[in-house]
Amino acid sequence: MGDVTPLWEVFIRPRNGLAHKHVGSLHAADEALALSAARDVYTRREEGTSIWVVRSEAIAASDPARAGENFDPAEDKIYRHPTFYKIPDDVGHM
Amino acid sequence: MYSQGLIGADSRTEETDEFLAAFQARIDAEEKIEPTDAMPEGYRRTLIRQIGQHAHSEIVGMLPEGNWITRAPSLKRKLALLAKVQDEGGHGLYLYSAAETLGVTREQMTEELHAGKAKYSSIFNYPALSWADMGAIGWLVDGAAIMNQVALCRCSYGPYARAMIRVCAEESFHQRQGYEIMLTLCNGTKEQKEMAQDALNRFWWPALMMFGPHDGDSAHSEQSMKWKIKRFSNDALREKFINATVPQAEFLGLTVPDPDLEWNAEKGGYDHGDIDWDEFWRVVKGDGVMNRERVQMRKDAWDNGAWVREAALAHAGKRAAKVAAE
Repeated sequence: MGDVTPLWEVFIRPRNGLAHKHVGSLHAADEALALSAARDVYTRREEGTSIWVVRSEAIAASDPARAGENFDPAEDKIYRHPTFYKIPDDVGHM
Repeated sequence: MYSQGLIGADSRTEETDEFLAAFQARIDAEEKIEPTDAMPEGYRRTLIRQIGQHAHSEIVGMLPEGNWITRAPSLKRKLALLAKVQDEGGHGLYLYSAAETLGVTREQMTEELHAGKAKYSSIFNYPALSWADMGAIGWLVDGAAIMNQVALCRCSYGPYARAMIRVCAEESFHQRQGYEIMLTLCNGTKEQKEMAQDALNRFWWPALMMFGPHDGDSAHSEQSMKWKIKRFSNDALREKFINATVPQAEFLGLTVPDPDLEWNAEKGGYDHGDIDWDEFWRVVKGDGVMNRERVQMRKDAWDNGAWVREAALAHAGKRAAKVAAE
């Protein structure tokens, strides 16, 4: 079978003003073929105005085994939210 | 559809009672499982098998209809059929990607299909003999598939559920264009209406078989329901399909080919005749009319496309080497 066709992650901007969002993945030999396949596979119904493709192996991801230590501490930092601070109603909207 | 290659996660799990209980608790709390999460090996294997079969069904499902594109009776019908077959190709690709997040490769899945080790929906082993079959397939086969797939949108495995949401959004047109073909034939000449009836006669029972064996005979059902891979039983979905479809057949003025079909006011649904499970198992095990031809066509497509894959990789390799040398 020879070499395996590499995997790409596909990101689409639904319309200007919105960010590119991950929609899925596909296999392609190079970036031109990946873009062309992404157009066929992920934008058959006006899903977007712009496509990014990134080699899957080029993405660095956080370790799911460390999700606890990475993200749980934010839970008890309620002073980072506006509702933590008491402002009298008389002050009006702030 | 996140890449299984995002991190070098080790998928091995030590399946202690605590681990299995914690996993089941996440499922019971309706948490979605994502590719890099720890999961029992059985959960992983069940999903690889099910998503792989589902992907193969989409890809093999392109064949009976693809065969009619050049013979569609009008430009409108040809455009619709082209778009539908292209969608099915896309659906196969979403599903292969979802399966790949579980650590199986596209090449492995393809090889298993070609070797006859992986199954696909038995419905595609029936021939599409007349144009009316394009109507019956859209209406009944896609109708049954949607019934199944809507339930799978809530599957506990994130990438599968996301792929299903996309597939369902796209597939509603498939069923409607099929029903419209039936409607046109039924409002046409006597011969056209007979074609429509003949198509219904041949596809009704195979469509009911698409939901799989009765709950009691379904090998993987119980554990799959517990893991929320499946949300409804085979029989429950089949009943739902029958109740939705019989009035549609009546509207067309066609007769459902089941003499035992009768409205049961007490249960608020139809009673129906026995399904020929011998036929079902025969077709599943490879002895349907079209099994050999369908798999042969997939093999030929793979073999005849080998030079294209090789050329694209060689071109990409040479270009990368040139860029590196500059």
